Amino acid sequence: MTWDSLEAFLAMGGYGVYVWGSYAVTFALLAAEVVLLKMRGRAIMKQLERTAGTRQHAP
Amino acid sequence: MPHPGEATQNPRPLWGGRINWFKYSSPQTFFPVAGAAIPGCAAAAGLLCLAGLYVSFFVAPTDQQQGEAYRIIFIHVPAAWMSMFLYLVMAFWAGVGLIFNTRLSGMMANALAPTGALFTFVALWTGALWGKPTWGAWWVWDARLTSELILLFLYFGYIALNAAIDDRRRADRAAALFALVGVVNIPIIYFSVQWWNTLHQGASVSLTRAPTMAATMFLGMLLMALGFWMYSIAAAFVRVRSIILERERNAEWVAEYMRRRG
Repeated sequence: MTWDSLEAFLAMGGYGVYVWGSYAVTFALLAAEVVLLKMRGRAIMKQLERTAGTRQHAP
Repeated sequence: MPHPGEATQNPRPLWGGRINWFKYSSPQTFFPVAGAAIPGCAAAAGLLCLAGLYVSFFVAPTDQQQGEAYRIIFIHVPAAWMSMFLYLVMAFWAGVGLIFNTRLSGMMANALAPTGALFTFVALWTGALWGKPTWGAWWVWDARLTSELILLFLYFGYIALNAAIDDRRRADRAAALFALVGVVNIPIIYFSVQWWNTLHQGASVSLTRAPTMAATMFLGMLLMALGFWMYSIAAAFVRVRSIILERERNAEWVAEYMRRRG
């Protein structure tokens, strides 16, 4: 085991801000991209459902 | 043998023989293929990143020179690899679209750009957070850093140029040309540490010699890189499916797809 305690793990030998700042921003950005992709997919599906509805009513 | 008259009725690709490779370049054919590949890629991305994080923090030893600050490498190097690799893949599809005029190629290039820009930003961001404790500066105008920043602007330029032109096919062609010209920056990034006297350290991993690091450190980087790779495929496929639906929304097959979905 590399770490003696949770504090030591979080402190990262005094480099905690830099190490966790790197990992946090990276995974936050990846998560944000996933959310944006979901929103984009949902938007186009909604638009397609609307046009499909109008097609049925007005042949 | 095909009937001589067949060629004019049904335009055939330049080559391909009996297998029509261009069949797979149709958005309609690729849409379900991408859809089927996404769950597996996403699951692999999650597992590889979890394994990579475990190795990065609990298996890889403390660096003798840099202490724990070096652990940024497990994100920094894979992200930098992805930033360059995704640009090459994007430029490849852009080029294929230019040469063969296939619609899907441009869509694929479009789908890769935002993820490539994301990894380029991550490489720069983690580089700044690594540079501060090791060099004493967030940023220096060094060849490696500057060429990577130019890569970020190339991604932005590609996305902006695409968005600026209303006609989708013309936008694809203009952006493809832009992407291909920008490829010249990739070898500049890669060899910058050899060509110029830079503050940035040389390559930690090279194809021609053994890694200059502990095997577990290399394993952590490799797992994270594979995880990012799988993530990129999944993200690009999700995005390309949205792009396909957006651009083909008036096509009969999309209406059929919506009917079957109910």
